[in-house]
Amino acid sequence: MATIQLKVNQEGRELRDIDPATPLLWALRDHLGLVGTKYGCGKGLCGACTVHINGAAIRSCSMPVSSVAGQSVTTIEGLAPDRQNLHPLQEAWMEHDVPQCGYCQAGQIMNAAALLQSTPSPSDEEIDNAMSGNLCRCGTYTRIRAAIHTAAGKGGAS
Amino acid sequence: MKNQFYRSDLIPDIDMPAEFVHWENRMDVEKAANDSSSGPFIPRRQFLKLSGLAGGGLVLAFSLGRGPKAAASPDKQASGEYFAPNAFIQIAKDGAIVIAAKNPEVGQGVKTFLPMIIAEELEVPWESVTVKQSEIDLERFGRQSAGGSQSTPRNWDLLRQTGAVARTMLVTAAAQTWGVSESQCKADQGYVVNRSTGKRLAYAELASAAAALPIPEKDSVKLKDRSEYKLLGKFIPGVDNRALVTGQPLFGIDQKLPGMLYAVYVKCPNFGGVAKQANLDVIRKRPGVVDAFIIEGNGNELELMSGVAIVAKSTHQAFQAEKALRVIWDKSNASDNSWEAYKAEALSIGPKAGQISDEMGDAEAALAQADQTVESFYTYPFLSHANLEPQNCTAWFHDGKMEIWAPSQTPQNVARMINSALDIDPSDVVIHQLRIGGGFGRRLMNDFVVEVCAIAKEIEAPVKLTWTREADMAHDFYRPGGFHHLKGALSQGRWTGLLDHFVSFTPEGGDGKRPVRGGNLSPDLFQFPEIPNLRLDQTFLPSRVPTGFWRAPRSCAVAWVFQSFANEMAVAAGRDHLEFLLEQFGEPRWLEEGERRALHTGRAIDVVELAAKKGDWGNPMSQGQGRGLAFYFSHLGYFAQVAEVTVDASNRVKIDRVVVAADVGLLLNKSGGENQVEGSVVDGISTLAGQEITFEDGEVLETNFDDYPLSRMASTPKIEMHWLTTDWSPTGLGEPAFPPVAGAVCNAIFDATGHRIRTMPISKEGFHI
Repeated sequence: MATIQLKVNQEGRELRDIDPATPLLWALRDHLGLVGTKYGCGKGLCGACTVHINGAAIRSCSMPVSSVAGQSVTTIEGLAPDRQNLHPLQEAWMEHDVPQCGYCQAGQIMNAAALLQSTPSPSDEEIDNAMSGNLCRCGTYTRIRAAIHTAAGKGGAS
Repeated sequence: MKNQFYRSDLIPDIDMPAEFVHWENRMDVEKAANDSSSGPFIPRRQFLKLSGLAGGGLVLAFSLGRGPKAAASPDKQASGEYFAPNAFIQIAKDGAIVIAAKNPEVGQGVKTFLPMIIAEELEVPWESVTVKQSEIDLERFGRQSAGGSQSTPRNWDLLRQTGAVARTMLVTAAAQTWGVSESQCKADQGYVVNRSTGKRLAYAELASAAAALPIPEKDSVKLKDRSEYKLLGKFIPGVDNRALVTGQPLFGIDQKLPGMLYAVYVKCPNFGGVAKQANLDVIRKRPGVVDAFIIEGNGNELELMSGVAIVAKSTHQAFQAEKALRVIWDKSNASDNSWEAYKAEALSIGPKAGQISDEMGDAEAALAQADQTVESFYTYPFLSHANLEPQNCTAWFHDGKMEIWAPSQTPQNVARMINSALDIDPSDVVIHQLRIGGGFGRRLMNDFVVEVCAIAKEIEAPVKLTWTREADMAHDFYRPGGFHHLKGALSQGRWTGLLDHFVSFTPEGGDGKRPVRGGNLSPDLFQFPEIPNLRLDQTFLPSRVPTGFWRAPRSCAVAWVFQSFANEMAVAAGRDHLEFLLEQFGEPRWLEEGERRALHTGRAIDVVELAAKKGDWGNPMSQGQGRGLAFYFSHLGYFAQVAEVTVDASNRVKIDRVVVAADVGLLLNKSGGENQVEGSVVDGISTLAGQEITFEDGEVLETNFDDYPLSRMASTPKIEMHWLTTDWSPTGLGEPAFPPVAGAVCNAIFDATGHRIRTMPISKEGFHI
């Protein structure tokens, strides 16, 4: 058991009495109560658990919390600067009514946000490639792609 | 006799329970998911209750009972013995309008579109409505479930009347206020307008006066004409979207209670195995583990099978402890079934007559007299539902009550099951419904709910059970696989006979005559009413593999078989597939007048012709490209699809475009409805590309998304949708767009390559997407 400090959504957090091997996913969900990040497969196959570490998209189910000690984690709850000013991707997701069940969408948005950081105006092919690790069981891919384009057109990298 | 063979109670829309042999009977999916007994009978009575809101305002709660008895007990109403409402409207004095969403949201959009129906008839702007998920309460909300695309047809009349009754009362209140006749008044988007003076009164101002009025009979109120609709048919985003895109807790798995513990439940990898002994002392010493114990279960796969519970302080600790768990299983009654053995057996018994046979005309004679016959053997595999949110549930046994937070498609089945498995009185079971991360029929079953309750009963704290992905794939109620030996007869280019020997499964240890859940076949599923000679033989192989209802049960499998075989017949006859398919419908007619579950060939012809036109049927294509057409009628929806594919030299299939033509009467929510169709096409591609559940010695071999792949963004084709606007009542869209996908794609692959796919998924025949 260990005490681990990290920055989550711009706030310093301390995890006490935690198994350092705990995947970041479960540290976020069970220990910090941030349940927007989802469990889908536990093996980095579905992307539902995607968060940002220092701005890069990673699969939190396969990342021991100890390995991100001292680093900056952004989850879906912290993607927008505040409740009134959502990230352009979140706005685009609502405009296109992307979700069906909605379970994968936090991971999709986090992955797309990282894409727009590196590629502010991605082509269809660039979107398909970047998003290929994020599964949607309901099959909302057409709308996800359209929403990413919409967000990109509105400065989605911001 | 033809219509008899195609009788409508042969169910195009929903499935039959395993306990019914053959196709004579029809039951609801939810009831079928509930083998044991029927629930407590609650009489339906007409009931409408008005009461003041705390701050003044109007609360309308209805039971829109059916039949002559519905309104027959005023004395009982007076004495307070009421039936409960199935819809709920609140109009507060400040103008806030709250509409209850009654059914479980699994991604089909029901939390948005059912309240839209009420809002349309209530005549209020959608922006002024707040939708609230209702509690589970049979008495107040009637039947609450998500299955069989039934939410729309079951609630269409009731919810329109719910809104219209309230609107009528508000109009009456305004007329009385102004001292004019009701015909002088008109409801208009949250106001009642005086036609002569143009004066307006807001619903909020009228709420208290309306609450004092007598309630009109639900059948007496005038419903809006569709031409007057302002909301239905529009692009309305889901009401939970903001919460979803900001990661707010909505789903079952997001539930958290003070002091909550985290559990796993480990069952025998061989279906039906019983836990005899486990290294519980070792497990109890694992970090964070609070307790570990064996649960005997009641042997009912729908309720509580034997297993080992591990309860820990975190999900991670419970998952880690499971890895150290060693169990001695008694497998004397466990499954030793093998998919490979079934395939070999099904192939070998092909020529034999089936155990059960039904016939119209004389199929053997038609085959004997035919100019040409076609024989084929089709195979499709078992499938897992693979909901992205694994099965989970939270329960807290406190004060003699079992309180449950469940992502269940059939929450009203739970209390009876808890009673059966755990001997807790149904009246002591309280269940809250939470958003569901994908249904597809898996959560019609409540095994995971009963499991957590069995654990919670032993633990003095709230407990959340989370299945690992591996447990989810190993313990599904799978779509059963199946085999079809088909023989078709052609005479002078016409399809004169069809014989299908269908090999399916029966529960092992039973009488051998009952099909497993979702593994039955009935003649209505052929949907070629002009074939004069038709025989259906069935043979059932004993199996212990749990099966259930998978998106568009039965249709999800057999539509591909029959729509592919129709293409084989057209090719053999040297005829154009569109023309040949249309010929099978004959004259436009309803096969059973007034029965919506019976095929209407006119509606079928219309969608097939529309799909063909929009899909450029007959236009030349390049080398390596192909076009395929398929039709299916299920869940009251008529769908035809044209798929266009490009196949390269390495048999890589690129699905370029899928054109969908549909007649569902009225599209309630353009956004939600089209989303369902797009998703159905993607799901169809997922299943045909590479999904297959196999099992060896009673143990499922697939474990996660690496060996049970879901379709990804890059393989999503261009999807075009064309909706016929007809006067028919609307239906749900969770299912009926799915069945034609595989047929259209496989017919297109044949068009491109000359190779007929007869085994699913297509990876079995060397093709990949």
